[in-house]
Amino acid sequence: MHTAVNLWPLIGVAIIIVGFLLRANPVLVVVVAGVITGLTASMPVSKILTVLGSGFITTRNIPLIVLLPLAVIGLLERYGLKELAQTSIARIKSATAGRLLIVYLAVREISAAFGLTSLGGHAQMVRPLIAPMAEGATENRYGVVPEKVIYKLRAMSAASDNVGLFFGEDIFVAFGAIVLMQTILRGEGIEVNPVHMALWGIPTAICAFIIHAFRLSRMDVQIERELGQQTSKVPAAAAGKEEIR
Amino acid sequence: MIFKLDYFYILLGLMLAIIAVLSFRDKANPRRFTTGLFWALYAVVYLVGERLPPIVAGVIVILMALVAGLGGVKLGHYGTFTEQERRESASKLGNRLFIPALTIPITTMIGSVVLKNVKIGNLLLLDPKNFTLVSLGFGCVFALIAACWLTRGTPAQAIRESRRLIDSIGWAVLLPHLLAVLGLLFTASGVGKAVAYLTTSHIPMDSRFIAVAVYCLGMAIFTMIMGNGFAAFPVITGGVGVPVLIGVFHGNPAVLASIGMFSGYCGTLMTPMAANYNIVPAALLELPDKNGVIKVQVLTALPLLAANICLMYFLMYR
Repeated sequence: MHTAVNLWPLIGVAIIIVGFLLRANPVLVVVVAGVITGLTASMPVSKILTVLGSGFITTRNIPLIVLLPLAVIGLLERYGLKELAQTSIARIKSATAGRLLIVYLAVREISAAFGLTSLGGHAQMVRPLIAPMAEGATENRYGVVPEKVIYKLRAMSAASDNVGLFFGEDIFVAFGAIVLMQTILRGEGIEVNPVHMALWGIPTAICAFIIHAFRLSRMDVQIERELGQQTSKVPAAAAGKEEIR
Repeated sequence: MIFKLDYFYILLGLMLAIIAVLSFRDKANPRRFTTGLFWALYAVVYLVGERLPPIVAGVIVILMALVAGLGGVKLGHYGTFTEQERRESASKLGNRLFIPALTIPITTMIGSVVLKNVKIGNLLLLDPKNFTLVSLGFGCVFALIAACWLTRGTPAQAIRESRRLIDSIGWAVLLPHLLAVLGLLFTASGVGKAVAYLTTSHIPMDSRFIAVAVYCLGMAIFTMIMGNGFAAFPVITGGVGVPVLIGVFHGNPAVLASIGMFSGYCGTLMTPMAANYNIVPAALLELPDKNGVIKVQVLTALPLLAANICLMYFLMYR
């Protein structure tokens, strides 16, 4: 019974998959998977705690991006930022949620391709501005929008931010991923020009835009089909607009 | 350097400490003590940081995970304005309200592009390893000043409002940390080697198209397991990409790397392991389904993955 590759660590992967399928609390699933993966690699418990602890401390930078802006965003929301975003989009008669998100996708992807990855983000842009605008545009057209559609609009807003960021930033030559790929290929004895890697990313970046933009325009069609009949109702945002003027 | 990232860790730590106290005192929260404990422990992580012995931090992680996993973090009462009041305030302040909101991304952009290498005397102005995050920190501070001036609100009120948003994220805030650590544990215990071994020894790769498909799918699936493409790239490229696609079929390595990494990103769109892109935003947008963002992304990711396989097949061997 001796294989060259130890397959036991895959138990951790299995725990993750089963945990998510059973809809157990992800935090517990991940901690259990981590501890068991450590044990299969025959780490003592104190070592596992140390790895968990030091990893936790060094990854403080990831949540900082989301948490720090929340003080400002919270204050601005108290004074009506969301409502303002909704009414200002309502003034543009041709605006639909899909068209708005296509524009956002394009801006996000192009700016990320020039290395301006911070010109977006879920806490800074999507929650306070983009999602309320998508909701506002839809309410302005169809009046009261069912919750299911609202959630779909919000999820699509977040998705557009992700797609734009991921498939834009890899075209930027100085981006970390390009440097990483160059280093790893160099380790394998292959020398690659970073500019070539960035350029060969462009076809995929274009495909990503086309596919996601197509889905956004399909979303408009779907919303029109679901809510199109009730246009006679007074639009919620328009009712509010009277006070704004 | 003059401005270190640590200052903003302390700022966030203070913010979390105040939120913890507010949570303890929030009688409308059915789990106010455990909720307060959760944020207090998290405040310690930011305030004490690297001075905390790793094993103590490890115990804190387990404690926080237990509190969160057993339903100890709940919503409270936040005394928000009514929609009517918010609409009136929006019409009074008008478009000026957008200024503080846009201050964050604009300051971050200017800081990370223009001030990146600026020195005063012999000292770099911004922490060179974290200049984007330091710029973001400044963006938040400037935006807060502008917002307080504009709305006549106070920083204390800003923290009370941030508690409403931070509570809506709740336990999901732990996931990015935990998954990053899990990735390290996976790497240390050889999950990568095991996956590469399974794919290379069980799938016949004598056809060029199958080899390309295995590489792209491998990148996507392994990224889904690890939660990020950076961890998947060395494993799958070393296991399949270099020996088969370049070694046997003599493909163009620039195309391999570029489209390979993008295939990994298709995986990122489909996995709860990429918590900061998928789960945290779902919580932040108050979606009832924490997988709501992933569900809408799958239909973009799968066609794009297919497109990647075709692009790589045709572009790599022109």
